Amino acid sequence: MSEPTREQEREMYRFLVRARALDVELVRWHRQGIIPGFPPSIGHEATQVGAAAAIDTGRDFVFPMYRELALALALGVDMRAYLANHNGDWNGGSFDPVAAHVTPIQAVVGSNGPHAVGWALGQRIDGRDGVALACIGDGGTSQGDTHEAMNFAGVWRLPVVFLVTNNQWAISVPVSQQVAGGSIAARAAGYGFPGVAVDGNDVLAVRAAVTDAVQRARDGGGPTLIESKIYRRGPHATSDDPGRYRTLDDERRDGGEDPVIRYRRSVRERGVIEESDVAEVDAEAARWVEEIRLHLTTLPPRGGEELFTDVYEELTEDLLEQRAAWEESTRA
Amino acid sequence: MTTTLRPAPGDTGSTVEILSVQQALNRALADELDADPRVLVFGEDVGVLGGVFRVTDGLQARFGSDRVFDTPLAESAILGTAVGLAIAGFRPVPEVQFDGFAYPAFDQIVSQVARYRYRSRGRLPMPITLRVPSYGGIRAPELHGESTEAFWAHVAGLKVVSPADAHDAYHLLRASIRSPDPVIFLEPKSRYWQKGPVDLGNSGGADGARIVRPGRHLTILSWGAMVDRSLKAAEVAAEDGVDTEVVDLRWLSPIDTATIVESVGRTRRAVVVHEAARTAGLGAEVATRISERLFDTLRAPVQRVTGYDVPTPSGALEDEQIPSVHRILLGMQRVLEYRRG
Ligand SMILES: Cc1ncc(C[n+]2csc(CCOP(=O)(O)OP(=O)(O)O)c2C)c(N)n1
Repeated sequence: MSEPTREQEREMYRFLVRARALDVELVRWHRQGIIPGFPPSIGHEATQVGAAAAIDTGRDFVFPMYRELALALALGVDMRAYLANHNGDWNGGSFDPVAAHVTPIQAVVGSNGPHAVGWALGQRIDGRDGVALACIGDGGTSQGDTHEAMNFAGVWRLPVVFLVTNNQWAISVPVSQQVAGGSIAARAAGYGFPGVAVDGNDVLAVRAAVTDAVQRARDGGGPTLIESKIYRRGPHATSDDPGRYRTLDDERRDGGEDPVIRYRRSVRERGVIEESDVAEVDAEAARWVEEIRLHLTTLPPRGGEELFTDVYEELTEDLLEQRAAWEESTRA
Repeated sequence: MTTTLRPAPGDTGSTVEILSVQQALNRALADELDADPRVLVFGEDVGVLGGVFRVTDGLQARFGSDRVFDTPLAESAILGTAVGLAIAGFRPVPEVQFDGFAYPAFDQIVSQVARYRYRSRGRLPMPITLRVPSYGGIRAPELHGESTEAFWAHVAGLKVVSPADAHDAYHLLRASIRSPDPVIFLEPKSRYWQKGPVDLGNSGGADGARIVRPGRHLTILSWGAMVDRSLKAAEVAAEDGVDTEVVDLRWLSPIDTATIVESVGRTRRAVVVHEAARTAGLGAEVATRISERLFDTLRAPVQRVTGYDVPTPSGALEDEQIPSVHRILLGMQRVLEYRRG
């Protein structure tokens, strides 16, 4: 697999820093009442930015869950439209999934696996070489849909990469209480395709693993399960209270080195980025985050005009009647 | 009424053939596979076997295993695969083998298929037609004879349709596959072997409800396998001089309120017949629509003749659950003899 260029490494570093800066601010904005809540991707950045670097959104398609902020960012999704999901503006986000080649944010754990399988099957029928990336958590591997998806993909040898981010926790339940047998990667053997475990705090290692899997899928080699081992460094979501199920000492011990700091150390040591650049990347990220804050805080009040559109291609008689009643109620 | 149904192409002039419901469905699938290369048929045993009811008979041989294929045995993934295929621009026509096995796919249907257009602001429509051999009447084992229509009709984003005879089976299935919105297509399996004339070149309209028998004294509103039984009850009542109108709703979502109101507005008496359990069934919805619009016109409260609120019973007891001609006649009698207290 090809080594990343200097510029690609610098770009990955910028994405890591931006994602972290945005996550940290979003937690604050939640406390300030700017957004009702969201699940931070703190600790997931290296996995997500590394995976994004292996994906070609010109031909591949990504099926994320709800914690893929850094992935979406690195795939070029406009974060303002992405955050429409988390600020309560529109379910799934308001970005264009067709243009982005990223499906709307998925709330049902496990259900996106079969979607990736169906899309990949379509690629095969159409004789195209696109690869589907399905994002699943360690908790999500307990879902029947994840099993069904992997089984379908294995039986049909479809171009799907299952990226399972094992962040050790499903809300309050540790992975030991979620996954029997000790290894998620090992499960792939039962589906007849390779399973690899990767250090998900190492952005380059994830990029390499996903690139290999994508290439094999493109070449007709079928699916791969990648278990990216990381640690969820924050709460499950802004409403969560990790103090009920783990201590700060646990977090310090189990979390290991922060993936963003780790990559900064690496790019500094290898001379990919100069000390002066580090400060500039931080400043740039801060300016970018501030733009997003301005966007979120200056959104006009939401009218209800879109309530009835897009339920069906055309409004049904019932919906026309209900829309008329809604209009009347807004006048009264 | 407005629905997003595209009329089947053609209506090219009458070509009538006598077909069973199962043959008519098979013909509709073949014609749609032929007309649109993006149509795909898949499910359990639909390929070589041609489906346990032979509805997909011969389709794989004719269209190849890229277009008509067997899946592993997993309903949730069958529907989830349909979602992914729809995202990739196909028109999936999945089958679940029996009504009760749509339950394992409930999440994919309700949380994914039904909502994808809405949550993607129209960018990812789901032109999926889920075929479900439905309802009882063939002495099948447990969970092979369920009436699921109310579950689906309650879900925004889905359309629900159920044909009653071979002609409608052909045209409603073609219309469903052409629909830009997801359709749950409920096939009355007790009617699969019923033959009737199918005018292949002339649908007569696949939108909304259909008055299958005109009458003056009361209206029976029904769908699926219960339409035939309602017609039989109407014949028996005719011997006593009761002139019964029978309306086949066909579309259970969206419901064609205009035709219901037009009919009951004339007859001023209504009976809803369905084999699903009574409580929170579609009979309640139909009765409410009638009372909202025709409260002053009605000569009697709308009656429901339905299955009982029990788990779908096994074969030996299913005749107790499914409305008989006799029970339909009793319901008709209640509205005809109603006197204000
Ligand atoms: C089907 C389903 N059940 C329950 C939930 C509620 N829920 C949201 S996230 C979550 C934990 C998921 O853990 P994991 O898959 O490990 O992903 P993580 O949140 O750790 O990234 C649960 C139980 C859900 N969203 N979907």
